[in-house]
Amino acid sequence: MSPGILGKKIGMTQVFRPDGQVVPVTLLKAGPCVVVQRKTPVVDGYDAVQLGLMEFVKASRLSKPAAGHLKKANVEGVKFTKELRIRPGDDDLKPGDRILVDQFAPAQKVDVTGISKGRGFAGFVKRHHFRGGEGSHGSMFHRAPGSIGASSYPSRVFPGMKGAGHMGTQQVTVRNLEIVGIDAEDNVLMVKGAVPGPNGGYVVVRRAKR
Amino acid sequence: MNNALLTKVVKKNTRSDTPEFRPGDTIRVHVKIREADKERTQAFEGTVIARKNSGLGETVTVRKISFGHGVERIFPLHAPVIDRIDVIRTGRVRRSKLYYLRALRGKAARLKERE
Repeated sequence: MSPGILGKKIGMTQVFRPDGQVVPVTLLKAGPCVVVQRKTPVVDGYDAVQLGLMEFVKASRLSKPAAGHLKKANVEGVKFTKELRIRPGDDDLKPGDRILVDQFAPAQKVDVTGISKGRGFAGFVKRHHFRGGEGSHGSMFHRAPGSIGASSYPSRVFPGMKGAGHMGTQQVTVRNLEIVGIDAEDNVLMVKGAVPGPNGGYVVVRRAKR
Repeated sequence: MNNALLTKVVKKNTRSDTPEFRPGDTIRVHVKIREADKERTQAFEGTVIARKNSGLGETVTVRKISFGHGVERIFPLHAPVIDRIDVIRTGRVRRSKLYYLRALRGKAARLKERE
């Protein structure tokens, strides 16, 4: 069994459970994936499996090193690859193996990793949830940070002070999302709740760590 | 929202047995209610004053006057707790949200039938 699967975020909707409860779900197109390489402690110093997401890829879009790497495993149509650490008991994978959504089951918990949406150069309020000041009533302090240090001593700003700056486009993992439904025919995975990244962004779905 | 797979999942989960009705129509919504381990249905009849959202989150707001008090209930259209919906009467209205009916009582709150 693979430690996880690669996929793409499709979008969000909601579904009803049999008992009538509404669940917000994110749809993921998970797989089909293929094992591109098997990293072993003897050769590489650690135990991992490199998966590739099978999708339509024009041959001319691949760099020669990438194409050569894929040729070694005899796989085609892979653009997005990711290495997943092997956990005890997952030892039976070899290059060329297919990995499909049907290895997951409803009610199972998964961790989903994605690249969060970029927010550009964001201010204090958005980036660090500072409260900011009043909008009106004579207030002249709206979305500014306030004091960032004392004057005569230390006469400088301490390193690591929270500030405005680039936000988003970071790797984010959401843990313990419940699998609500699986469609093996369309390779669609329904997980409860939100998943980092834009629609169409690549995600890694792993079996929950804890 | 224009993803083929998303549309497919939404289609598969939508209920096809809801009749066609518009704001201004009078409908009767039969809701399944569980009491201990018995199940029964309860009907709520009133005027549709709004339909909101699309896809699986679509809801309908139904308003009626009960013992002199205006009562409104919002039903999720695709929920399994909805047993069935009957269209009792159609109404001719010129807007999609009939919130103005909340300020009207009795004769003034009547709606003409749609041809």
